[in-house]
Amino acid sequence: MRRIAALVALAAAPVLVLGVLFVLPVAGMVAEGFVEDGHLAPGAVLDVLARPRVHRVAWFTVWTSGVATALAVALGLPAAYALHKLALPGRAAVRAALIVPFVLPTVVVGVAFRQLLGEGGPLGFLGLDGTPAAIVCGLVFFNVAVVVRTVGVAWESLDPRPGQAAAALGASPWQVLRTVTLPALRPAVVGAASIVFLFCATAFGIVLTLGGVRHATIETEIYLLTTTVFDLQAAAALSVLQIVVVVALLALSARLRATPDPTAQRTVAPPRAVRRSDAPVVVATLLLLAAMLLPVATLVLGSLDVGDGWGLDNYRALATAGEDQALLVPVTAALVTSLRTAVDAMWMALLVGVTVSLIVTRRSHSVAERRVRSTLDGFFMLPLGVSAVTLGFGFLITLDEPPLDLRDSPLLVPMAQALVALPLVVRSLAPVLGGIDDRQRQAAASLGASPWRTLLTVDLPVVWKPVLAAAGFAFAVSLGEFGATSFLARDTDPTLPVVIFRLIGHPGEHNYGMALAASVVLAAVTAVVVLGVERLRVPGVGAF
Amino acid sequence: MLHVRVRAALTTSSLAAVTALALAGCSLVGGDDGGTTASEPSTSSSADGKGSGTVVLATHESFHLPKKLVKAFEAETGYDLEVRAAGDAGTLATKLSLTADNPIADAAFGVDNTFASRPLGEGAFAEVATTATPPAEYVLPEGGDRLVPIDSANVCVNVDTAWFEKEGVEPPQTLEDLTDDRYRDLFVTPGASTSSPGMAFFLATVAEFGDAWPDYWTDLLDNGAEVVDGWEDAYYGDFTAGSDNGTRPIVVSYDSSPAFTVSGGRTTTAALLDTCFRQVEYAGVLEGADNPAGAEALVDWMLTDEVQSALPESMYVFPVMPEATVPEAWAEFAPQPADPYEVDPDEIAANREQWLTEWTDVISR
Repeated sequence: MRRIAALVALAAAPVLVLGVLFVLPVAGMVAEGFVEDGHLAPGAVLDVLARPRVHRVAWFTVWTSGVATALAVALGLPAAYALHKLALPGRAAVRAALIVPFVLPTVVVGVAFRQLLGEGGPLGFLGLDGTPAAIVCGLVFFNVAVVVRTVGVAWESLDPRPGQAAAALGASPWQVLRTVTLPALRPAVVGAASIVFLFCATAFGIVLTLGGVRHATIETEIYLLTTTVFDLQAAAALSVLQIVVVVALLALSARLRATPDPTAQRTVAPPRAVRRSDAPVVVATLLLLAAMLLPVATLVLGSLDVGDGWGLDNYRALATAGEDQALLVPVTAALVTSLRTAVDAMWMALLVGVTVSLIVTRRSHSVAERRVRSTLDGFFMLPLGVSAVTLGFGFLITLDEPPLDLRDSPLLVPMAQALVALPLVVRSLAPVLGGIDDRQRQAAASLGASPWRTLLTVDLPVVWKPVLAAAGFAFAVSLGEFGATSFLARDTDPTLPVVIFRLIGHPGEHNYGMALAASVVLAAVTAVVVLGVERLRVPGVGAF
Repeated sequence: MLHVRVRAALTTSSLAAVTALALAGCSLVGGDDGGTTASEPSTSSSADGKGSGTVVLATHESFHLPKKLVKAFEAETGYDLEVRAAGDAGTLATKLSLTADNPIADAAFGVDNTFASRPLGEGAFAEVATTATPPAEYVLPEGGDRLVPIDSANVCVNVDTAWFEKEGVEPPQTLEDLTDDRYRDLFVTPGASTSSPGMAFFLATVAEFGDAWPDYWTDLLDNGAEVVDGWEDAYYGDFTAGSDNGTRPIVVSYDSSPAFTVSGGRTTTAALLDTCFRQVEYAGVLEGADNPAGAEALVDWMLTDEVQSALPESMYVFPVMPEATVPEAWAEFAPQPADPYEVDPDEIAANREQWLTEWTDVISR
């Protein structure tokens, strides 16, 4: 009982944060639909759920997200192995490059994809434009980095000895993978897959742009019902449906994540030299990289196109306010705002994320305790799966009175971004922390180490690299986040994606070129920052 | 082996130091612009008759006015202007409607005639009296005492005249023409459900064809019309004059768009002036504002000659006040339609949901 009390006390701060920033706003917005003239009227909401259109929309969301998730895992696993386990030349750069799509503004990627897939584009013959297949491609493009990173760091910290033992006993590489490696990686793979699914199920811009308006998902439908039609009852119904689906999914993934014996993993093994037998994995990784860079290359070419030739004019223009003063602040100033916002979002996400990861991975001593821990784990994943539209409007109507008058706070944007990054941090750290043999901590404690000291000597060395990877990820999420940011950002200090959206939303070839150039800068900065963050090391930690 | 380690340690520690420095200077916490005093409701008037305090303007992401003008407003009136621009016009209307009892700002700009009835119905706007009187043709039939017209933009079908010249085809003139076989697979429009110009074009078809609009849209789609997400997808993705890879020379855009495709003293595109729907954007004082006097001063300011004349280059829209000056390129290349289509805002409000549901059904067939 005392353990549970201590657990609850430790969890109180992060739960409170999520309660105020997430549960309260979403509940407030959903209540708008349930309450009519001051009375609770759930009937109208339930009627909405019976509409055939709602069923179609829900089914379309589930199957496109499911297919995209399966593809992202299938393409991401070989890359995770090649980029985290093998001593490939330039692998850090490739890892950073793969995260680039994750931060590109969807509106820009949408145009780039359509220039490739559209009627006049080089891939136009495939006839994909406006089809569900195009949507799935877009979703995979954006999310494959999640699989590569979360699975990659877990793979890195996997103890190689059980695999080596199996091989010494005569197991083929395939048998080792199937019977030793994959079971040990299951928490990370399932965790990554559930994050990808949630990202796909709540994708917004990419569905509209690539689907050509014809295909609706729960998320696009909530947006349409809330902002265009103002049918708050129907929007509330869909939000509730979304939450139910997400909770069911999280419960399922928690079940799949649980491993019977998580004591196998311990050290960070150095990457090993590439062998001839690694060729398929390396080729698969290179193909993935090429497929990912194709739309990015379209952007780069477009940004260098200055009408009657090639040049850097679009880049030079970034320090100005654009054609006809289209911008209030130059792109360079917006980049600074973006970086500052991202620093805040990063430390917030890490602070809460590390705490949550420690809480949910400590060994439970009773069934009740385990339940509390796994419920908490799922709770912190929720923000990914719930409509940004519902959350955004919820902020406005619930956080408007003291003591919670946050809607004018400049920290609201980083807070919202940290909410999005939080599940990524937890899913990167939890599998690794969960893999530490608790007996090590017990041994440290019996030798007289304080809990703090145990954390530093047992947990930190193993979790240090994943923490850095998660930090880079959180940073990238913040840099690229557009939905919540565009809703909450203030005009005096817009972030870079908001400025790009502004540029591309106005006629003038010059503005379009600038938007592409700004996107390339955003991508490059992200890659460099992610690369730099991953290179940070604490002295004496990590066997390199 | 040792020297490799030492070098690695040196580079990492210097990198760490640089990053730490960057982090220290790189946060919104404690920065100069980190804190604002916007929530202080100070509306007192000083002795010289000038106002003081902050006036907060809620608007959409397309809002923009030159800094110089804002500074002049602040110097003249004594108020500090704080602009909160986020989301599209629909998002703004929804925000204002949801927060009618505790407004997010003092004044609002950017609610247009397709969304006006919603925030008006929720009682988000207070009555306002302006010094200048905008022309009656722009004033709302209902709620004209609350929402003041500031600018107008016509959504029109645009054609790539260079393309039509090259192909030796006569460009279309009317909405009806777009269903003609000669223009098969040549037309692209943003969707009515996802785009504000898309909605405007849809309303033009409602104004022209009345209850028969589903038949028109069926014909339009049978003739190979493409429906895309947003204006930028249509213009920069599919339109021949907007993209190198574009394949469609007919697009839904604005009457001012031809002024942006000028090369060698002539424009290569044209707006079809018989296909236009007029969007009018309004400003107003929010009910329950902390600073109603400042908000009224702000609305007044938006009708002044300086602001009105700055609208075309700042927001790509036409001013409502006839005295305002319009840029030369606009006067020369972007004529406005004489008699654009109109649909009553109340009719839009009453039918929007049903129209959009039907429209979505028609286009997903």
